[in-house]
Amino acid sequence: MSNLVLKYTVDAEDFTRAGEASSDVKGKLKRMGVPPDAVRKVAIAMYEGEINMVIHADGGEITVEITPSQIIMILADKGPGIKDIDKAMQAGWSTASENVRALGFGAGMGLPNMKKYSDEMKIDTVIGVGTTVTMKVNI
Amino acid sequence: MNVNELIEKAGFKPLNVASGDREISGVYNCDLMSVVMSKGFPGAAWVTIMANINAVAVAALTDMAVIVLAEGAALDEVMIEKAKAQDIHVLQSDKPIFETSLEIYKLINNA
Ligand SMILES: Nc1ncnc2c1ncn2[C@@H]1O[C@H](COP(=O)(O)OP(=O)(O)OP(=O)(O)O)[C@@H](O)[C@H]1O
Ligand SMILES: [Mg+2]
Repeated sequence: MSNLVLKYTVDAEDFTRAGEASSDVKGKLKRMGVPPDAVRKVAIAMYEGEINMVIHADGGEITVEITPSQIIMILADKGPGIKDIDKAMQAGWSTASENVRALGFGAGMGLPNMKKYSDEMKIDTVIGVGTTVTMKVNI
Repeated sequence: MNVNELIEKAGFKPLNVASGDREISGVYNCDLMSVVMSKGFPGAAWVTIMANINAVAVAALTDMAVIVLAEGAALDEVMIEKAKAQDIHVLQSDKPIFETSLEIYKLINNA
């Protein structure tokens, strides 16, 4: 059986749609009968990545590949890049603006959540070019 | 206790009633989305003042049973649209977060 590949465009202009890609993937995995624990891990990890693309970058593209043993999420943006990944990975570290904080974001917990809920995570970032986060969740 | 019973007994104002009733498994409080993503649990009654669209997305992704907006948090039309689309129960309470949560806690635990 060939792997299922899903593609989403994340629009940074439209905050009202943030989370739609994650929600769509969650629904599909559930219907496919993927175990609830893996679905939850994907939902959390992907939502945090999707929101980061909206609030810290200019949106971007998400590709999700579903294989019999793994769910692979690739989140690619053309945002400002991450200057100091070690700092960004620290719980509580955030550069979120006041506007975004007023909506409940900016706890500095997104990247730590992504690390915690994925089984593998890799960040490729170039200042001024963009960031690609690859996460894998085992089924 | 399910959401429809909660509406009846606590007298919270229903802002969106979803299609299926949900059993409430416990009460949860937090206003930071990334913390809620990780600690919000299936079936929770989430008492918050975050009356925005992202709260609906987070409640849906974590399978919470109902969002209860405390302090009479302002109703946001876009949020209600999203709640309808995602089929999430949203209620409104005039009381602060603690009193609202305690009331739900007592009701679901018959305390
Ligand atoms: N895609 C990205 N592009 C550029 N910078 C990013 C990106 N993702 C994260 N960052 C940077 O890393 C910091 C930490 O990210 P993290 O998701 O952990 O916290 P946050 O988004 O600020 O707050 P929270 O996720 O708790 O709402 C961000 O404040 C931002 O400076
Ligand atoms: Mg974040």
